[in-house]
Amino acid sequence: MTRRLLRQALLAGGALVMLYPLLWMLAASVKPTEEIFGGPGLWPRHPTLDNYRSGWVALGVGFTTFFGNSLLISSAAVIGNMLSCSMAAYAFARLSFRFRRLWFAVMLVSIMLPIHVLIIPQYTLFHRLGWVNTFLPLIVPKFLGVDGFFIFLMVQFIRALPTELDDAARLDGCGPVQIYLRIILPLMAPVLVTTAVLTFIWSWDDFLSQLVYLDDVGHYTVPLALRSFLDSSGESSWGQMLAMATLSLLPMLAFFLVFQRRITEGISTTGLRG
Amino acid sequence: MRRRHENRVAYLFLAPWLAGLLLLTAGPMLVSLYLSFTDFNLVNPPRWAGADNYRRFASDVHFQNAVRVTFVYVVGSVPLTVGFALAVAVLLHGRRRGLGAYRAAYYLPSLLGGSVAVSILWRQIFGDDGLVNRGLRLVGVVGPSWISTPEYAIYTLIIMHVWQFGSPMLIFLAGLRQIPVELHEAAVVDGGGPVRRFVGVTLPLLTPLIFFNLVLQMINSFKVFTPAFIISGGRGGPADATLFYTLYLYGEGFTLFRMGYASAMAWTLLAVIALFTAGMFVTARYWVYYADRDGAP
Repeated sequence: MTRRLLRQALLAGGALVMLYPLLWMLAASVKPTEEIFGGPGLWPRHPTLDNYRSGWVALGVGFTTFFGNSLLISSAAVIGNMLSCSMAAYAFARLSFRFRRLWFAVMLVSIMLPIHVLIIPQYTLFHRLGWVNTFLPLIVPKFLGVDGFFIFLMVQFIRALPTELDDAARLDGCGPVQIYLRIILPLMAPVLVTTAVLTFIWSWDDFLSQLVYLDDVGHYTVPLALRSFLDSSGESSWGQMLAMATLSLLPMLAFFLVFQRRITEGISTTGLRG
Repeated sequence: MRRRHENRVAYLFLAPWLAGLLLLTAGPMLVSLYLSFTDFNLVNPPRWAGADNYRRFASDVHFQNAVRVTFVYVVGSVPLTVGFALAVAVLLHGRRRGLGAYRAAYYLPSLLGGSVAVSILWRQIFGDDGLVNRGLRLVGVVGPSWISTPEYAIYTLIIMHVWQFGSPMLIFLAGLRQIPVELHEAAVVDGGGPVRRFVGVTLPLLTPLIFFNLVLQMINSFKVFTPAFIISGGRGGPADATLFYTLYLYGEGFTLFRMGYASAMAWTLLAVIALFTAGMFVTARYWVYYADRDGAP
């Protein structure tokens, strides 16, 4: 009995320590500045939304633009990954073709590749194409299946689907394209949701690429805006900054609350990122 | 007949991915290898420089510092992260009510931790007048500004990494669920207590996942960028104490446009990661237990 209590106390205490920074940020965002620098406590004595109101427009260009940009990039990335990764995954999981094992191995290795050995030539390429300071370098690669992680995730999923369905469809005269469109893709719904959610979160968060490709404030994403907020303001605007930082986490938090199981299963079945 | 047909269709399905592989992965990889032997500033065409870039490492103090900082970070954060992940996973394993909520709570920092927002928060927490120091003041201790003191700055980043043990924890939880109940029952019949059962049954069966997580965490720690960039204001301060390898690489490549040198750094990073991974695979033979070869990660 005492052992169970001890374990409960340990778990609850641990969870509090883990979440305290995030809870504190949320609390600080509704506190007046002098109260943020008061004590380490959570509860705001004079709750206010001033930080949100003034922070939203503090950079000259409003956060409406930044959220719009981030939303556009992340949504396009989601569509790109769902299309390109599911196509490649279908080929790997269901079709027989020459060099399949070789390509699959190449794909697995590409997941582990540090972006740093690619980013300079990629930048040079996009620079030549005149794509720097547009959203294209952040979106087009997703339509070319560069996130091998999701291909792997989908291959695992498709392999677990019974092949009898394919066989039946083939007897009915369906070719590979129709089997993909009518049988596999609808059955893939769960893994497509996982892909969509994780792609959204990770491209929302993809700071390095955004930093490299987007120069102009009008093109800034939310992370870039937060960074320039940090650079341009002193201690006095911590409240506003924490308010905007809190807002920037909300989309990810919302996805997590709704799709918790899909996310945690995606992480633990492949475990390659997160 | 059908096989040939499938070949064509298969490559049609693979076409976007293959194009991406060629144009955005394999191609750039080779180009960056070439660039690493040149002087290149984006505007002028690359000029062959032989191994000059690699030779410069020997005299570049910032480079050496970046290597040291990154090693301290990797060695400091990886074992702790995996250790915490394992310990908490064992506590959270099971079907009792409420555990799901705990799993979510412990995982959440992992999901949000890579963001700029959390890095900004960290700068506040460990700042001069931050959360930690205000907590310390309650017990009468006046803390330094952890972020801007060279000796401590790196540790705030290590703490931040360890705080994100959620994703290896999920992998351990999935592994714990795979362990057959019969094995534990057999151990109970043999009179094994919880500790003996953990050391004798659970731990050996989890070694493949411990290995897997160590490798992944190591690779990820070598690549870490956002927190170092945000917390140091992009410059690796104070006194180069948080000048991570990737941060220095970014500065050389995209602020100073010494892209040849940055490419040499990138290839060196790749080589070091590959070497470390290979080294871990060599040690794996001595401590990783595979019940069946299929179970290998």
